[in-house]
Amino acid sequence: MDMFVLQMFNGLSISSILLLIALGLAVTFGLMNVINMAHGELIMIGAYATYVTQNLFISYAPQAWFDVYFIVALPIAFGVAALIGWLLEVVLIRHLYGRPLDSLLATWGVGMMLQQLARTIFGAPNVGVSSPAWLNGGLTIADGIVFPYKRLFIIALVSVVLLCMYLYIYRTSSGRRMRAVMQNRSMAGCLGISTRRVDGMTFAIGSGIAGIAGCALTLIGPIGPSLGTYYIVDAFMVVVLGGVGKLVGTVCGALGIGMFNTLFETYTSASIGKVLVFVCIVAFLQWKPRGLVAIRTRSLD
Amino acid sequence: MKKRTVKLWSVLLGAVIALTGCVEGGTPPEASGSDGAGESTSSGEPIKVGVLHSLSGTMAISEVSVKDAEMLAIEEINAAGGVLGKQIEPVVEDGASDWPTFAEKAGKLLQQDKVAAVFGGWTSASRKAMLPVFEQNKGLLFYPVQYEGLESSPNIFYTGATTNQQIVPSVTWLLENRGKKFYLLGSDYVFPKTANQVIKAQLAAEGGEVVGEEYTPLGHTDYSTIISKIKAAKPDIVYNTLNGDSNVAFFKQLKDAGISSEQLTTLSVSVAEEEIRGIGADVLKGHLASWNYYQTTDTSENKTFVEKYKEKYGADRVTADPIEAGYVAVYLWKAAVEKAGSTDVEKVKEAAKGLEFDAPEGKVTVDGENQHIYKTVRIGEVQEDGQFKELWNSGAPVKPDPYLKTYDWGASLSAK
Repeated sequence: MDMFVLQMFNGLSISSILLLIALGLAVTFGLMNVINMAHGELIMIGAYATYVTQNLFISYAPQAWFDVYFIVALPIAFGVAALIGWLLEVVLIRHLYGRPLDSLLATWGVGMMLQQLARTIFGAPNVGVSSPAWLNGGLTIADGIVFPYKRLFIIALVSVVLLCMYLYIYRTSSGRRMRAVMQNRSMAGCLGISTRRVDGMTFAIGSGIAGIAGCALTLIGPIGPSLGTYYIVDAFMVVVLGGVGKLVGTVCGALGIGMFNTLFETYTSASIGKVLVFVCIVAFLQWKPRGLVAIRTRSLD
Repeated sequence: MKKRTVKLWSVLLGAVIALTGCVEGGTPPEASGSDGAGESTSSGEPIKVGVLHSLSGTMAISEVSVKDAEMLAIEEINAAGGVLGKQIEPVVEDGASDWPTFAEKAGKLLQQDKVAAVFGGWTSASRKAMLPVFEQNKGLLFYPVQYEGLESSPNIFYTGATTNQQIVPSVTWLLENRGKKFYLLGSDYVFPKTANQVIKAQLAAEGGEVVGEEYTPLGHTDYSTIISKIKAAKPDIVYNTLNGDSNVAFFKQLKDAGISSEQLTTLSVSVAEEEIRGIGADVLKGHLASWNYYQTTDTSENKTFVEKYKEKYGADRVTADPIEAGYVAVYLWKAAVEKAGSTDVEKVKEAAKGLEFDAPEGKVTVDGENQHIYKTVRIGEVQEDGQFKELWNSGAPVKPDPYLKTYDWGASLSAK
């Protein structure tokens, strides 16, 4: 029973992490149709932004303030990753719209450069990011069942990011313009929307969310130049399984993969669990090639 | 249209410049230093040696600092007059964390550069890839990392520990001091799997019990399920053979699951000072490791070594077991060459038999039979400052026994 509750929680927790890393990609790949292989590196940039913020706090802020650094790091990680994402869009991706394979190669190259850049600046070894004290430890539900605060925090963070994105895309005028451009670029342009500005903005938002994911990942895993490469495959897996172009799909994809991964891993081993998840995804995509939630528009028919 | 093309080209050009800038920034500054060293006092042609490690890719994390230690040793020897009155000229090659590249670069060093010896490798996969190259070309490789044993090549000197100098004594110590129930956790490749076979044979013979065994892919980062399984199995000890980055995720998540080092002993064989920096000393505090050398090892040779290493590479750098083994390898080769009076591989091998050297870890001796070295075993506990406190040591250097022939239970392993 303990094991069951714990594993349900673990499944949810893995899903939330998958969702966080896939959300940014859902914007750039799902909405804009850009295969951004540098997405993992944007996550890495968010993680290093957190590391730098931490060090600045250690060097310049009074010691009592240290635990606040993580809250400060979240918007910084978002900002830095969004800025770099925006630059990437302006100088490179803008010229490659409608050419998915070219953008795949180009962003992959950019990803490798960013990795090497991180290695040059921060060195090849992992850097240590210590979590704030208020996230240490866990909530004891019953004897033997502990829900780590960090995992609870990540679940809460994902919920907030998801809510903000929903509000932005469906409830603001700038979100409406974004949807208009993604669905019919030339028509939106005819109606006076600056499609270029919207593209840049959208890409920056997707990248910024990757930055937040990087910030959250400092709580659970290693922070090194190749951080992004661990997560990029999972992120694409979630978006493709979920169905391109729909937020709901991304959420379902992340939940499905996270839960099944935990389930398989409990009864087999980590390696076999992952293989089983892939087998299920391949089988599912044979049956429903457009993923869990397919977008219904005329342009796709 | 034309304007756009120009812009694209300028972007591409910028990118290329940025990339080459990065690559240049990444190459070791020693390369230019060695040229200068070649012109100093001593006479005659310099002696070339190869330094072959992963300076890029996933293993760069570990191997760059070993390369640094080897370069330091070469520099020291050159400053003291070199070998046989000649300067040593290092030829640095990048194995790029790719095993075929290791084999290819080893071939290049032996055939084209005609180096007298090569210092290099980290993973067992890279060593296994280089082994036939060294045997065919009759070259000489110094391999500086602890490994899974069950190997001894006439063309390789092993300056890291084999299983009976690290794993086997630590299992005995754990059985005596911490408990009988073992949970084996490792990365899914050759070293952890072989090491765990040795551990299982030993536990069966010495009255221990295996309550669980798990392998995760290299680079795996979510250990929540495995931690649940560990909780359910209630072991006394987690014997950790995870490699690389996975250790960061595992230990962080273990702590968050509310399992402290007081409730559960973990002993790692691939977590040293360098790794502690990335994981965080507060997370690892109280956990154990088994090695032959720690930065805190109390010998006068070590004090000088740590001082010199920090002076050259920065005060925030740390030394660790494989770093020390790389440093010692260069000095052992030098001693053997001087004793042989030649850099000829066969003569050097003959001269190396029984050679002694006062290493930072204490006295080491080359075993004439299997070309491993006698090493002292040390079990250490991680302290708050990221350094180890020694809990136990073997007292005297342990004779290397890669095939575990001296153990009754070892017979079945070496037969395979």
